[in-house]
Amino acid sequence: MSSKSHILGRIRGNKPGPRALPTLPPDPAAGTREQWEPAFRAVLTGSKSGFITPDALSGHVAAYGPDATIVSTVPEVAGNLYLGTVTDPLQLAGVDVTVLRARLGVAENGAMWVSETEAVHRVLPFITQHLVLVVRTSDLVGTMHEAYRRIDVAETGFGVFIAGPSKTADIEQSLVIGAHGPRSLTVCLG
Amino acid sequence: MTHAERAAEFLLDESRTDWHDASLWHVRGKRDAVVHGIPEWEALRQLGSDIKDNVLSNLDTYLEEFEARATAKGVTVHWARDAAEHNEIVHSILHRHRVERIVKSKSMLTEECHLNEYLEGRGIEVIDTDLGERIIQLRKEPPSHIVMPAIHLKKEEIGQLFHEQLGTDVGASDPQYLTEAARQHLREKFLAANAAITGVNFAVAETGGIVVCTNEGNADMGVHLAPVQIHCMGIEKIIPRAEHLGVFTRLLARSATGQPVTIYTSHHHRPKPGGEMHVVIVDNGRSEQLGREDFRNSLKCIRCGACMNTCPIYRRSGGHSYDHTIPGPIGSILSPGIDLKKHGDLAFASTLCGSCSDVCPVKIDIHDQLYKWRQLVSEAGHLPRSKTLPLAGAGAVLSRGGLYNFMGKAARVALRLAPRSLLYHKFNPWGETRELPEVPEESFKEWYARTKSGREQ
Repeated sequence: MSSKSHILGRIRGNKPGPRALPTLPPDPAAGTREQWEPAFRAVLTGSKSGFITPDALSGHVAAYGPDATIVSTVPEVAGNLYLGTVTDPLQLAGVDVTVLRARLGVAENGAMWVSETEAVHRVLPFITQHLVLVVRTSDLVGTMHEAYRRIDVAETGFGVFIAGPSKTADIEQSLVIGAHGPRSLTVCLG
Repeated sequence: MTHAERAAEFLLDESRTDWHDASLWHVRGKRDAVVHGIPEWEALRQLGSDIKDNVLSNLDTYLEEFEARATAKGVTVHWARDAAEHNEIVHSILHRHRVERIVKSKSMLTEECHLNEYLEGRGIEVIDTDLGERIIQLRKEPPSHIVMPAIHLKKEEIGQLFHEQLGTDVGASDPQYLTEAARQHLREKFLAANAAITGVNFAVAETGGIVVCTNEGNADMGVHLAPVQIHCMGIEKIIPRAEHLGVFTRLLARSATGQPVTIYTSHHHRPKPGGEMHVVIVDNGRSEQLGREDFRNSLKCIRCGACMNTCPIYRRSGGHSYDHTIPGPIGSILSPGIDLKKHGDLAFASTLCGSCSDVCPVKIDIHDQLYKWRQLVSEAGHLPRSKTLPLAGAGAVLSRGGLYNFMGKAARVALRLAPRSLLYHKFNPWGETRELPEVPEESFKEWYARTKSGREQ
């Protein structure tokens, strides 16, 4: 007998009687739409992310200096590394700044959805030293429940909620920003 | 050795015990603060628990649905009855690709299966990439906590370790500096790895995808750079639909570390272009636990670690005292089912205060299960004589009213007269760190009768 049939057989023999799947209740009141932006800003500021306005975007990126390797997949900013020439993700190891669009932002926890469509290379939002995510205020939602209704997680092969710069507290619970991924996250909200 | 003996070793260093206790209580405090910001928290826990109830009663069909959807998207799904088969499957994938170096992100399942030792014995370099995991891997220790694997170590010890193994400055112990050193060291490993292995937080039956939550981004660095990605999951990680991720992502990080969500919540549904994606589904005793009516709820666990952070025993005995992959209250109800004789004493590593059940995001009745395991341990004859003899004596006295009254009086007299050495000695471990209260003149029963139910003085 294959391991699959063995395991499934044992589960069928041992599982409890039927229990109905609960219906998800209507969305909890996560404040009104006007309260989402302040909540979103507050929680991301708490996770050490910065905010800029859309007018400040190109200046923010330029401030990394003329030698910085910049990747951008948003029309507002030009990068200097063209992703069309990148065939192996290892070629992205030297990227300093990456600018990507996030499909939506969640007010309750600051999470922003970036899929393979926006990132092009899956490793890009992680391997870059600094990350800038561009989110429209109109793309904010209240809670994760609403977020999962708005996106199709299986639309592309990979998608991620990002809620701050990479961090760790594994040494004596001391918060350190820049564990393996980006050392900073800047949110361009407008 | 028993849990109590290992805990006694941990307790020898009193200031370290206090520090450990305070560190975990701090995390519990953070959890409380963030949970209080969610007015519907209790309803959310109930929802999480109800969804998991449904999962347990449909586990077979959800797993089959998951496999069909994942396979249709080009993912290879494997099934392993036990740890040995899991390790063989992982090794065979690596062997086929002639993989020499792998990077791993945190997976309690691979710890449970002892995958690292298995692969290293076959000439494969295994690098744990979560900072805490890397620290304990360099120290050749198991994790002491499922979310914070190196919570038992002080920064000076980590500084010394990094000095010896990674060449950091002697005496340097600044967490920022040490983390930067680990970042540089591990980035080289990420760039050189031929395959990456991760655990799985949630597998979605409806979409055939898996979800991995991290703060460091280490799972993603590994998986997206290496051509071969392998995700190992226990059968109970399945959830029915993508919309249920909304419930569980809201519960997980708040319960684990007091964050509103982990920094990265990554959803993998297809292999990367030109790459391979494997999911290994592992039983290893879980289907047996599913058949134990009193204990099957333990399979609802989402591995947040909240029960450890709140447990007065865990906080003051350390994760290693449990001698099991999953320590703390949840580990103590999972492990007796694996080996009752070896782990049965863990059912007693609890005050039964119930705090673990109160903080559990999926409402597992942890302290009730601990109590039930105690009865099974006793029935199976695994209780030590230091417990069976006093219990037999207490049973004899407590079941006879007259004898109880007499023994109470006798004790009140004896305790006043007896020299200290007769009460506090090596056969009374209870008295090693505690003092008896002052002996009252009369029993409660006598007081109750004398004062006419407390109405008169």
